[in-house]
Amino acid sequence: MPGFIALAGGAFICFALAGLAADAPFRSHMAVMALVLAIGAAFVARIPERSPAEIEAEQAGYFDAPIRYGTILTVFWGCVGFLVGVIIALQLAFPDLNLAPFFNFGRMRPLHTSAVVFAFGGTALMTTSFYVVQRTCRARLFSEPLTWFVFWGYQIFIVMAATGYLLGITESREYAEPEWYVDIWLTIVWVAYLLLFLGTLIKRKEPHIYVANWFYLAFIVTIALLHVVNNLAVPVSFFGSKSYSLFAGVQDALTQWWYGHNAVGFFLTAGFLGMMYYYMPKQAERPVYSYRLSIIHFWALIFMYIWAGPHHLHYTALPDWAQTLGMVFSIMLWMPSWGGMINGLMTLRGAWDKMRTDPIIRMMVVAVAFYGMSTFEGPVMSIKSVNGLSHYTDWTIGHVHSGALGWVGMITFGAIYFMAPRLWGRKQLYSLRLVNWHFWLATVGIVIYAAVMWVSGIMQGLMWREYDADGFLVYSFAESVAALHPYYIARAFGGFLYLLGGLVMAFNIWMTIRGKVRNERPIIQPTAALQPAE
Amino acid sequence: MDTAHYDMLRHFADSWGLLYMLAIFLTVVVMIMLPGARSRAMAAARIPLDDDHPAGGDRT
Repeated sequence: MPGFIALAGGAFICFALAGLAADAPFRSHMAVMALVLAIGAAFVARIPERSPAEIEAEQAGYFDAPIRYGTILTVFWGCVGFLVGVIIALQLAFPDLNLAPFFNFGRMRPLHTSAVVFAFGGTALMTTSFYVVQRTCRARLFSEPLTWFVFWGYQIFIVMAATGYLLGITESREYAEPEWYVDIWLTIVWVAYLLLFLGTLIKRKEPHIYVANWFYLAFIVTIALLHVVNNLAVPVSFFGSKSYSLFAGVQDALTQWWYGHNAVGFFLTAGFLGMMYYYMPKQAERPVYSYRLSIIHFWALIFMYIWAGPHHLHYTALPDWAQTLGMVFSIMLWMPSWGGMINGLMTLRGAWDKMRTDPIIRMMVVAVAFYGMSTFEGPVMSIKSVNGLSHYTDWTIGHVHSGALGWVGMITFGAIYFMAPRLWGRKQLYSLRLVNWHFWLATVGIVIYAAVMWVSGIMQGLMWREYDADGFLVYSFAESVAALHPYYIARAFGGFLYLLGGLVMAFNIWMTIRGKVRNERPIIQPTAALQPAE
Repeated sequence: MDTAHYDMLRHFADSWGLLYMLAIFLTVVVMIMLPGARSRAMAAARIPLDDDHPAGGDRT
């Protein structure tokens, strides 16, 4: 009932704001949100009341209901994000696919990045953090209503952001495109998330706070800080969609990339490392290689990441010393990153045979391997002379995707496959063979994507800088664009394979929820009794 | 923001700020090297493996 009142009230407020709107995009946006919230309210009203016995039974264990929703939504947003990615990859190869104005590349691109980072990644982080913090603290989430508010509040943020982009509402700040009113909503939700997480930590029964929770907490605290500072802005009207940043010029650029790089560091790295430190030991059934190394990993990573942002602004108006600072800290990040990678991989010491028999472990190992590769590549690209070649080219896109598809995607898939049977009380997944299919589709997709972007990016960089004997540029910009055509098609194919893998996962999880088990040949072949070596 | 303000913040950051962070980091390094830290760390590493208990239950 409180859920219905909140949603219906929200729908009414949005409806009123649509009437008061100062500009057309704000009016459309509020009308869309009123519709979305009204549909939500109608759904909530149809949920039958639970009997006191049911409520009591549910409150005995951990609070897993939002985690079940979160698992389904993570898979859903993943497939949406990958699909939009394939579409924009095809738009680059075939410009006729730009359907103005709502489905232009310029509007679809932030839809893709936000769908994969904030919708898929964010929902995965929130869901797994609820799962991990309860189990490692042996305490139930401390407030049910607050949990529901945080969970659905974040989903509302996602819908507001996504619909806003297609309507052309944007702050034009990369990975922070939502306008001021969406930012304020996210701030409220995020502070509630912090309170929920801290409250659960405070009422824990386990004296020690397990390292995964440290990473999740760093992710929540830092994202709050980054989000608030980067989005300091003055709205033109309280009923309008436009705002202006409080910063100007190069300060604005630096604030944006301090935010942007730490979004990579604390959203896409720290949070997912929390995932690694919980789900990898669980799936391998052995403790992490070195718990003390994980503590060093944590403190070194959070102290260094925060300084690396200026490497996004090499050879710009940013002071030279700041550029060098960003570069040096990026290179120092090699140490904690690789310490963490080694810690993750060595967790499998003495159990490497699971790589052959358990496709979920294989996914996690490939995820950590991609973490290692992309945290090696990143510092290399932050070196000024390398950046002179790589910046503004497809190499950057390839780098981001080896981290996002390889590390973030694969570790999330591993966590989803681990949680699904446990959350719905099933003995096993519907099919391990399908997990294996997902693994190979995703891995081959990533390898195609990254390799193609290396070749096209370096070619692009070299074409832009090639001079002839008289000092004239050899190629026009349009010539470099034309040369990229075959690579764009190959990239779309790599992304398509990754999307296909995501759909296989969606099917597998759906069948697992329904309690089906596929009749298939087991991956572990029953072998004849082993003979001791003589 | 005027230049004096900027200079003050900058000097604070590269002196006391730097010292503060370095001190935390060194404390962490020393703490994980202390005698007894190894066995405590090994016990902590087992937390996720022994967590299949009801909420609030004892981990034994």
